[in-house]
Amino acid sequence: MGVFSIFPPRASTTAVQVDALYTFLLIVAGIMTALIFFCVFFFAVRYRRKNQDDPAPKAIHGSLPLEIAWSVFPFLIMLVMFAWGAKLYFQNYTPPLHDTFDIYVTGKQWMWKVQYPTGQREINEMHVPTGRPVKLILASEDVIHSFYIPAFRLKHDVVPGSYQTYWFEATEPGRYHILCAEYCGTNHSDMGGWVTVMKPNDFERWLAGDTGGSMREQGEKLFQQYGCVTCHVTDREGRCPSLLNVFGNPVVLDDGRTVVADEAYVRESILNPNAKVVKGYKHDIMPVFQGQISEEGLLQLIVYVKSLSPPAPRSGKSAAPAPKANPK
Amino acid sequence: MSTYLPFARTEARTNYLNADYGWKSWLFTTDHKRIALLYLFSITAFFFVGGAFAVGMRVNLLTPEGIFAHDTYNKLFTMHGIIMVFFFLVPSIPATLGNFLVPLMIGARDLAFPRINLLSWYLYMIGGAIALTAIVKGGVDTGWTFYAPFSSTYSNTHVILTAIGVFVSGFSSILTGLNFIVTIHTMRAPGMTWGRLPLFVWGHYATSLIQVLGTPVIAITLVLLGLERVLHAGIFDPAVGGDPVLFQHLFWFYSHPAVYIMILPGMAVISEIIPCFSRKALFGYTFVAISSIAIAVLGFLVWGHHLFVAGQSMYASMVFSLLSFLVAIPSAIKVFNWTATMYKGSISYETPMLYAFGFIGLFTIGGLTGLFLATLAIDVHVTDTYFVIAHFHYIMVGGMVMAYLGGIHFWFPKISGRMYPEGWARFAALIVFVGFNLTFFPQFILGYQGMPRRYAHYPPEFQVLNVMSTAGASILAVGYLLPIIYLGWAWRKGPKAPQNPWNAKGLEWEQSPTPPPTYNFETQPVVTEPAYNYSGESEEVGIG
Ligand code: HEC
Ligand code: HEM
Ligand SMILES: [Cu+2]
Ligand SMILES: [Cu+2]
Repeated sequence: MGVFSIFPPRASTTAVQVDALYTFLLIVAGIMTALIFFCVFFFAVRYRRKNQDDPAPKAIHGSLPLEIAWSVFPFLIMLVMFAWGAKLYFQNYTPPLHDTFDIYVTGKQWMWKVQYPTGQREINEMHVPTGRPVKLILASEDVIHSFYIPAFRLKHDVVPGSYQTYWFEATEPGRYHILCAEYCGTNHSDMGGWVTVMKPNDFERWLAGDTGGSMREQGEKLFQQYGCVTCHVTDREGRCPSLLNVFGNPVVLDDGRTVVADEAYVRESILNPNAKVVKGYKHDIMPVFQGQISEEGLLQLIVYVKSLSPPAPRSGKSAAPAPKANPK
Repeated sequence: MSTYLPFARTEARTNYLNADYGWKSWLFTTDHKRIALLYLFSITAFFFVGGAFAVGMRVNLLTPEGIFAHDTYNKLFTMHGIIMVFFFLVPSIPATLGNFLVPLMIGARDLAFPRINLLSWYLYMIGGAIALTAIVKGGVDTGWTFYAPFSSTYSNTHVILTAIGVFVSGFSSILTGLNFIVTIHTMRAPGMTWGRLPLFVWGHYATSLIQVLGTPVIAITLVLLGLERVLHAGIFDPAVGGDPVLFQHLFWFYSHPAVYIMILPGMAVISEIIPCFSRKALFGYTFVAISSIAIAVLGFLVWGHHLFVAGQSMYASMVFSLLSFLVAIPSAIKVFNWTATMYKGSISYETPMLYAFGFIGLFTIGGLTGLFLATLAIDVHVTDTYFVIAHFHYIMVGGMVMAYLGGIHFWFPKISGRMYPEGWARFAALIVFVGFNLTFFPQFILGYQGMPRRYAHYPPEFQVLNVMSTAGASILAVGYLLPIIYLGWAWRKGPKAPQNPWNAKGLEWEQSPTPPPTYNFETQPVVTEPAYNYSGESEEVGIG
């Protein structure tokens, strides 16, 4: 990228799509600006006052057809911008249900902690394969941050107290900026790092590198450490639900609602169990873990709970040479 | 209506400036014109304080590693934003030109509540003094947006004191709005129907509606923020059960309409200048008037476009996106009508008109880039980058400040009774235009390339564009200092102004002496013709 290229590097499928939309808007805006500037210049010169005592020109009070034309026509063009932009937005913020490679990111003043299901942990570095949908699960330990990768044209705020997600498919191997885009205090502008996009084979090799136990194993440890196991596995009195096959499936709650157990649901079930109580079980049995487990630990627990649900049936093969999923 | 008064009457006549002397006659005045001048001097002071912070920021950004410590830089942009938004732009045109001209334009002796008008100024000054105290004591570093939970829990700077300053000055804004609304409803001269109101007055009417309806919301939000910070009430901080996104909803519910407080009065000024220097009635009067009201109403429905990446529901984002496009229509209508007014006009290039040209150009760019931001997938990439910074500076500085300067020059003879030096003024207008574009255009490119806002340090590839921007800022600074010098000179030494130096239409020029006497008119004005009747048509004409 030259200094004066108006586009940053393009390294994901979304980058291409967003740039196309941007180009469309640049053209429309360019035409509109040229039109207005031309009229102002042209009128200013053509109708300049030549003689101080020229009589005032005849008044023109307006024109209804013109007013309608220049309200409706621009609005129609805006509808195109709206629809195109909204479609892409939904696409980028709705991860595919299956076959994503999930990466867990925790923002903390002023660093990004990145964890992989296989157990690698990095700080301010992230590795992703090309040709495979990658889903980010974003959590914050303190204030609001925003996980921004300009080369992918994507960001999302990282909001404490909730999980946010987005997904992308990288296309070009290389190293690109990760930046924090939401002001978060003193070292906000240093809260950045790099995402390394790798060919699938290289990525596979990288993933196989040394780890301190997979995220699942770490999660399992915490599951024992916090005593979850005593209720959810060894409890024989039926006071507590089994966590087998919970993740990814609908859960019926005692108020009659049905929710799908995603990351946010599991998080809430741990931190604030009484918010959504499973049908047939009682309030106030499961302890409230709010403030006791770190955001990273929570993510590990979630990966463990996920591993208790067998992988969802694959809905068709992805064309890209996906690396073998790590054995669950 | 007669268009001139004998020259001699402007000489040695008592007017609002020489009616009384001494500081008490100013600090306890209830004359809307004197209060306008009190505001003029105080907001100019705030403008230069805010500007000084901006200079600091631009200097820091000359190199990727920066010059100041992080915390210093963070305080600079926070205090720049707070001063410029709450203590300069919100009061700027309404409190000075609006205060001075609304009564004159509708043919009234004063505003409806002259003492409340004075109270507004005192509240503004008290709020400003509190904010300045916070700055002197070490400043604040939350950004002008005060996002929780950073502001409520993590920042250890003077958040509460600053919030109190903003809170107090908010009441000044509410009272000014209220005063205008009542004045415009009840004190119009005989014959000044709604359809004959100058668009300056329509614009201020719309602005006042927003001030009265919106400002209480920011006041409450700041109170909640204070409760959270002091008592940990659990409103915004998730660690104690609050919702940080709720803060953003509340904040922008005021602050989006507030951005229209910061542009409608500018549009109002432009709607006066263009007909005067084209010697022609404004094209589409009704549409321009209605579009001000449409902006004020629709402006309350689009706050969520500041939360597209903040975690609000995607369906909400979709609705806010669509409504944001809708709110762009009335702005576009205004631009088209101003341009059409010049068609077949008789155009001259005095300084106010140069500012009006500048306004149209820069507002067009600012508005069009608003469409980029309203487009969801593009906003995801450019929100919280320099693209947003450039967008709103094109409107608020390129638009509003240009309109403000244009208006100050246009009514300078009316206010001071003197003429300013035209050559210097044109030169300064040119400098402002060039400096402005050099400062802010590179920021659009920086933003799309991915440079986030509020960065004390930045990746080295962004340096060239940042240096350009800083260079532009130094030119812009000269452009803003010049008028202070030559207007200050002209105020004392400039040639005496005739009553109506521009041959402009409007009660303030045609029926009130220059400078006006304390009660504005020597006889009760009566209005017999529509606004901007430059061609002197005798009959009432259907508009539209
Ligand atoms: C004292 C027993 C107890 C302990 C200890 C306990 N739980 Fe629970 N848990 C329950 C009960 C009872 C429910 C069902 C009621 C409800 O939904 O709150 C439940 C529900 C859940 C659910 C929702 C299950 C579903 O079917 O939707 C999850 C997930 C969960 N617990 C995870 C954990 C984790 C992780 C830990 C350890 C950090 C833990 N629990 C510790 C008793 C316990
Ligand atoms: C013409 C119609 C306009 C549209 C469609 C529009 C759209 C937007 C959008 C979508 C944003 C959010 C960007 C983001 O944070 O990602 C935004 C930000 C902003 N706009 Fe506009 N805008 C318009 C006009 C204006 C006007 C008239 C003003 C002010 C006078 C203005 C001032 C601002 C400011 C101050 C911000 C940023 C606030 C901040 O985050 O600090 N805009 N605009
Ligand atoms: Cu940050
Ligand atoms: Cu807005």
